[in-house]
Order: sequence, then C-alpha cells, then structure tokens
Amino acid sequence: MKDDNISLLRKIKGAVLKCVVWLSAAAICFLLAGMIFFILVRGIPHITLDFMTQKPSLLNNTVGILPNILNTLYIILMTLVVAMPLGVGSAIYLQEYAKNQKAVRLIELAAETLSGIPSIIYGLVGMLIFVQFCSLGTSLIAGALTLVIMTLPTIIRTTQESLKTVPDSYREGSLGLGSGKWHMIRTVVLPSATDGIVSGCILAIGRIVGESAALLFTAGMANEMLSLKEAVSPGGAGSTLTVSMYMYAKERGDFDTAFAIAAILLILTLIINSTAKFTAKLLKKGTEK
Amino acid sequence: MHALLGICGSIAIAFVILITVFLVMSGVPAIKEIGIINFLFGTKWASTAVEPSYGILPFILTSVFGTAGAIILGVPLGILCAVFVTKIADKRIGAIVSGAVDIMSGIPSVVYGLVGMIVIVPAVRSLFGLPDGANLFSAILVLAVMILPSVISVSETALRAVPREYEEGSLALGATKTETIFKVTIPSAKSGILASVVLGVGRAVGEAMAVMMVSGNVPNMPGIFRSVRFLTTAVASEMSYSSGLQRQALFSVALVLFVFIMLINIILNIAVKKENRS
Repeated sequence: MKDDNISLLRKIKGAVLKCVVWLSAAAICFLLAGMIFFILVRGIPHITLDFMTQKPSLLNNTVGILPNILNTLYIILMTLVVAMPLGVGSAIYLQEYAKNQKAVRLIELAAETLSGIPSIIYGLVGMLIFVQFCSLGTSLIAGALTLVIMTLPTIIRTTQESLKTVPDSYREGSLGLGSGKWHMIRTVVLPSATDGIVSGCILAIGRIVGESAALLFTAGMANEMLSLKEAVSPGGAGSTLTVSMYMYAKERGDFDTAFAIAAILLILTLIINSTAKFTAKLLKKGTEK
Repeated sequence: MHALLGICGSIAIAFVILITVFLVMSGVPAIKEIGIINFLFGTKWASTAVEPSYGILPFILTSVFGTAGAIILGVPLGILCAVFVTKIADKRIGAIVSGAVDIMSGIPSVVYGLVGMIVIVPAVRSLFGLPDGANLFSAILVLAVMILPSVISVSETALRAVPREYEEGSLALGATKTETIFKVTIPSAKSGILASVVLGVGRAVGEAMAVMMVSGNVPNMPGIFRSVRFLTTAVASEMSYSSGLQRQALFSVALVLFVFIMLINIILNIAVKKENRS
C-alpha cells in the first residue's frame, strides 16, 4: 500500500541497488566455492598413503611430503612453546598489573604495529637476526623464532580479551580470602580465561600453517627428514607444507604435487577455522554463566 | 613476578625497536652508496649486469598501481558484501556468507597464488591475446580477492556500529530501506569503512608470495599487461642468490617497503581514533 507513494524511478533504483548487493555477496561465495572445488578436484586424486608417509626420492622418482608435515608440526610446537608464555605473560601484565595507561597504550600500539608488518619483512629480519646475528643458520629454530614475533600480537590480543571477561568479583573474592596477587591470577583468573588462550593458540597455528614468505629465508627449502633433536638444533633446515607447495609449483612446475599439498592445506584451514569458531562459542557460553 | 611480567609486557615494544634497528642498519649503507635520488627514482633495475644499476622506481610504481587496482576492484565488492551481511540478508544467510569470508581469510597466500597461476594467468592470456598472462593485471585480480576478507570484516563492524536511531529516523521520513542503507547507514559508517580500505591497502602492499606467482617477476616499469615486480617480490626473488651491494640494495628495498607500511599503519591509527571519538 505505502509503496504507491514512491515514484517508479525510486523503485527501480532501489531494486537495482539491492540486486547489486545480492550479486556481490553471491559472487564472493561463488568465488570461494569454485576455488575450494577446483583445488579439491585437482588435488585429492594425488593424495595417497605413500605420498603422505614417504620422503621425496630422486632415485625412485617419487614425491612424498612426510618431511614437510613433520617440519610443520615442529615449527608449530617450537613457536607456541616460546610465544605462549610471552604472549600470555604480556596480556596478564597489560590487564592485571599495568597502572600507567600511557605504557599500556604504547604496548598495544606496538602489538598493532607488529600485526601490520608484512611477512616478507619478518622473513628478512628473521634472517638478519636469527640466521646471521645469532648464527643459528638456516634452520627450523630460526624460522620458529621469527614466527614467535609474528604470532605474538594474536596471542596477546585474544588472551587480553578473555582476561577482560573474567568478572572482578572473582578477583575480589580471591584477594578477600587472603591470596596474593600472583596466586590469585594463577589459580582464579587464568583458569577462567583458558578458552581465550586456547583460541589464541588456534589462531596462531592457523597463521603458522599458512605462512610462507617469513619461512623461505629462515627455515629453508630442504625436504630432508629431521628427528625432533635435529629440528631444535641450529642448522636443521627444512620446509613446511606451505613453503614446499610454493617450491613445487614455482620452481619445479610439479602442479600435481602442488595441488595435492594445496588440498591438504585447505582441509587443515577448514579444520582450524571450525575449531576456532567452536572455542569462541565455548568462550561466549563461559561468559554468560 | 611483577618484574618478569613487565618484561613480557614490554617485549612487543622491544621487537618493534629490534626490527626497525636491524632494517635501518642493513638498509641504509646501500642507499648511501647508490645515492638516495638514484635509488628511489632510478628507472632501471639491473642488479646482475656488468655495470649494475639499482633504481627501484619500477618496484615502487608497480606496488602503488597494483594496490590501487586491487582497491578499485576489491573495495566496492567488499563493502557491498558487508552491507549484504549486516543489513539485507536474514540471519542464517548472513552467517553463511560471514563464514565463507572467514574461511577466505584463513586460506594461505600460496594457495591463492597457485590458483591464480593455473586459472587466472592462462585466462588473462587467452582473453586479451597476450604472449604471457603473468602480468600486473593478473596480480591485481589476485590481490583484489585477497584483500576482500579484511575489507569485509572491518566494514561489517563499522556498519553494525551505526546507531539504529539514524536508520529509524530515515525510514520514518519516508525513505525506502535501500535508500536508507546507501544514504544514511554507509555515510555514517564512513570512517570505519575508510579504516577497512587502509587495512586493505596494507594487505595488498605487503603481499609477496601470491603476487610472485602471478606477476611475471620482471623489473619493468609498470604497464597493465606487462610482467612486473613489486617491492615485496623484489626482496623475495633475488635474496637467495644475492651478494655484496646487490644484497644490501635488497635490504634497502625492504626498508622502503617498511616505511610505506609504517605510514599506512599511522593513517590506520588516525582513522580508527576518529572512529572511536565519533
């Protein structure tokens, strides 16, 4: 009824604009769906048990990505072992201890700056600092230390967010019962903020799995199998899944292998994404309680 | 414990200082040797020639044009998608689109590069009848897709933050829903949307691997169908075999890139501050 008062031109204009909005959303979904479909179709046929459980061999002319899978796991492990305490400690300091608002603002600004720096610069600086200056050589550990700097802002931010949701009454209750400040944080605040810390870790893992530019010159491009001990010692170089995918596609033109790794990366991304969503939901439930 | 946590707290600052110091220390010598004018405005990069020449203007212009192209294509699409999710779609469809955008932001950049290499590069070649499809245009297309997730998620936040009263006022005055969105909601979310654009610029300027795979990687002055090299790919492509002044010049390229990113960060901070105040 009320539409009668609107001129035809306005109606058409409105309809066209609405159409454009629908189209752009549809285009983005179509783009993503097409990409996922394309990668899975090209990649999955090449994923075999041998492919997953062997190392590449020039003699037999076979490719295997087990070394790359292991390297990815090593790097995730090493990065989190260093970045977690630093990031969580930093968030605790910001949220529970820091009194000086200017200092807090400065630290937050620094974290924002870190998250804006492109990964190729991290790669270069990581090479200068860890590979050359600390003379770790091109190694997984140099790569992991570079990624520590990269993932730190993510861990600080998510931990801080979840510390903010811990009600002050918990803190007051604990202090009122006579516990010290650190004891209160350790036994009351941190356990209530676990979900946030975990989701920060998952986001960090997602970033590590997807990272390539920062690792190219720090962790190297080798496809050799490394034991855990070799992986944590200087000079143990190796490429993660992402870096090896780049090498297969760009340097060797082996697109079958590249698509197989891309499919694996895509599936990993989907898993990490849904796990992160799931923990975020848990986090929300926790705060509603 | 307080002191230990204080050290953890200040570590982010320490890292920023460390990165800046190392980049400046390793980037300045080559600029001094080449001369800042020759370095920044030289149009010829021939680092491995007998008489090497280190002009990075081609890289700078390529990064500027590539980013501008990605913004022109990606930002309108991203903003419209954010409008769809926040204002037009019902909750369920909106959540699906949002989820799709989340997945997009998690896909590694080399995967975008691979798809670009196999799909976009040959398509551009046959569509425009070129000898090689790896050029600035292909890079712009890939970058436009890659900046979408950041543009959409920040624009979404900005659009959601517009007070309901503004929209209700407009509707009560007789504007249609679409008119309200485009004449009231989007203008009110202006500074937040601007922040999303700046963030997109940062992403596009800093992207290395995907661009490396689709841009042809030749240090030409930029042209839409020419193979080009960006600031990021200039660093990545020669680093593994460089030495001497060439290597130092690559550090200087990284320093220039770092200065660009810092400027973008400052602009972003100002935009966000403005948003918070209003």
